[in-house]
Amino acid sequence: MAGDLTPRGGHATRTAAATAVNPGATGHATAWSVASGPRGRAASSNEWRKRLEIAFFVAPALLLFALFVVVPVVQAARYSVFKWNGLGPLDDFVGLQNYTNALADTIFQRAITNNLTIAALSIAIQLPIGLLIALLLNRKFRGQTAMRVIVFVPYVLAEVVAGVVWKLMLQPEGAVNAFLETIGLGAFTQLWVGDSGVALWTVMAVLTWKYVGLAIVLLLAGLQGVPEDLHEAAQIDGASWWQAQRKITIPLLGPTIRTWMFLSMIGSLQLFDMVWILTKGGPDNATVTMATYLIKQGTERSQYGYSSAVAIILFVISFVLATLFQTFVLNRDAGEDKTAKRRKKVAR
Amino acid sequence: MKRTAALRAVALGAAVALIATACSSGGGAEEGTDGEGENVTLTWWHNSNNSPGKDYYEDLADEFEGDNPGVTIEVTALQHEDMLTKLDAAFQTGDHPDIYMERGGGELKAHVEAGLTKDLTDELPDTISALGTAVSGWQVEDRTYALPFSLGVVGFWYNKAMFAQAGITTPPTTTAELDAAVEALRSAGIEPVSVGAGSGWPAAHYWYYYSLRQCSQEALNEGTQSFDFSDPCWLRAGESLQSFIATEPFNTGFLGTEAQGTPESASGLLANRKVAMELAGQWEPGVMQGLTDDGQGLGDDTGWFPFPAVDGGEGEPTAQLGGGDAWACAEDAPAACVDFIEFLLSNDAQKRFAELDMGLPTLPSAAAFVAAPELAQVLAVRNEAPYVQLYLDTAFGENIGGAMNEAIVSMFNGNNTPQGIVDAIQAAAANE
Repeated sequence: MAGDLTPRGGHATRTAAATAVNPGATGHATAWSVASGPRGRAASSNEWRKRLEIAFFVAPALLLFALFVVVPVVQAARYSVFKWNGLGPLDDFVGLQNYTNALADTIFQRAITNNLTIAALSIAIQLPIGLLIALLLNRKFRGQTAMRVIVFVPYVLAEVVAGVVWKLMLQPEGAVNAFLETIGLGAFTQLWVGDSGVALWTVMAVLTWKYVGLAIVLLLAGLQGVPEDLHEAAQIDGASWWQAQRKITIPLLGPTIRTWMFLSMIGSLQLFDMVWILTKGGPDNATVTMATYLIKQGTERSQYGYSSAVAIILFVISFVLATLFQTFVLNRDAGEDKTAKRRKKVAR
Repeated sequence: MKRTAALRAVALGAAVALIATACSSGGGAEEGTDGEGENVTLTWWHNSNNSPGKDYYEDLADEFEGDNPGVTIEVTALQHEDMLTKLDAAFQTGDHPDIYMERGGGELKAHVEAGLTKDLTDELPDTISALGTAVSGWQVEDRTYALPFSLGVVGFWYNKAMFAQAGITTPPTTTAELDAAVEALRSAGIEPVSVGAGSGWPAAHYWYYYSLRQCSQEALNEGTQSFDFSDPCWLRAGESLQSFIATEPFNTGFLGTEAQGTPESASGLLANRKVAMELAGQWEPGVMQGLTDDGQGLGDDTGWFPFPAVDGGEGEPTAQLGGGDAWACAEDAPAACVDFIEFLLSNDAQKRFAELDMGLPTLPSAAAFVAAPELAQVLAVRNEAPYVQLYLDTAFGENIGGAMNEAIVSMFNGNNTPQGIVDAIQAAAANE
């Protein structure tokens, strides 16, 4: 299970499959049979053929990756050391000035804080909710499929559509306040997106509604890998449902939870659409994120050099956090997997 | 087998070569036509994407084509915001239209510095002098780069019925009377003013106007030309705004309210009779019409009064804040572009523009043809103003203007001081 979730495992499987179904000119000699066949001229020519095939199939993807990922990142790095309003030639070299200006800017500092807060809160809020709902939905009951669909719908909805609907509902005279009035909770009506003390929490609530479905679906998939007989054994030993979940299911869900945490963290750092639609980073920068800040500085204030520096900072922060997470958290799962295999070998 | 593959490769190569040749010869033919100078195609982007404006501009293009054989005008009508975004991108890629709309100030300056906009000073001296002081917002170092076809001013649009309901018989002419009106409206259970602080600039217009009233024209010029804000009038402007905010005149949730576009926006609240007034430009009646079900906006209840005088202010009480739209030619546009712009600013074209109530025409000869009474009133106030100050954010350009607007919104949120606004402008200017 854990092996399937890591990208490395997935890729290896796919490459092997692609090579295997590709018959060579000399018959049906596949990579597998070549590897185990006798070494010689034919083998080495096949080796070359294999490499060419790989190059042939990888080239388009590599080209697109270079064109749409590598080139823009390099360009952004280049722009970031110039003062540039988007017009005319790049001739005002300012070195690291844009970086120091960005890091000293109180609004950008606030954006970083907001992003980290959203990342931490997403995990702290969505994990318990997601876990609880996944555990409940994993039990067999009538309407189980319907419930799963309902829970997953917000995640499938386009971010822009969901954002616009929520924005309308969160207006001072919108549906949310009207609903609170109707059920006698008039005292709790708020300026949901118009009050700088409340707006970030509102955004957080909408994000939870939107993304908890993903956590649930991933966790439900993870739950399929938890063997039923362990539960039966626990039941026979007299464990309650909750004890069984706590001692057996949740620990076995570890790799899934950690993968979801990784996705959630990266998503939170790059958060843009929902905030842009709900608040545009306002009111008074209360909900500004690194991405909304960089778009505003670029498109509204025409500071393309400066916003490129911000983009690079965002890239570095995401990259560092992703690497740390990969090294200290996700690799542990890969490690566990290897240990398990080794144990199996020893047992044989 | 090998031979077949080789043959295939040769065939493929030949095909590629043929296609390449075909392409290049096609390109050559086109260049030839251009080079002869008989046929010229002008590309033109404007922002009147619905009738009657769209038809008006199409008619103008047809008439010009009729009078100038060989000239073809490719008209693209875009929604305003789309046009601005597309223009920005077009200038960056170099694939921009020949004729486009300039809003003046810092934006124009950036275009001129990048060598993108044609200098019209020596090309159209007669039209420039006919436009008079209206062109000042489109000049950089005394050279004129674009010709304004519409120039409006900002003032209070209000609901006459609501004012009457609150017992306000004459619109406020001083800030004290404005405060009293706010009070009267609140007492009558009416939300007095809407402001789209979520969009930034609508809130910022208040600070611009208080600056215009508090500062003499010299101090205003010192600030806007050389970022010298040492005159204490700039702080008094912030203080005036602070005390106006303290009277709580604005709509519920104004910090998150957008300028226009939806019924919940500041314009939408006025159009749908949720508030009594809004500080906005000459575009407001048109915007409101789009935000009501019957397409009438406030209809007969539409009223307008200029921004009131400020007690003790050093500025002219009748000076106005405004801005407009002008036609410009790209630096590399064909010569016919200049002729077309001259045609767009002709007496006849401006007269028809005025008759359609598309905006406030800039040629004095066209002023008499504005039909809508409230627009005629705005036009009269504009023409009587000793000077019309270009919106400060446009004047300063996008970066400094953006920093200023954010600082002002922060004051609306109670998080900034009069000094903080001035500091924010100077800090952004220092980074230019």
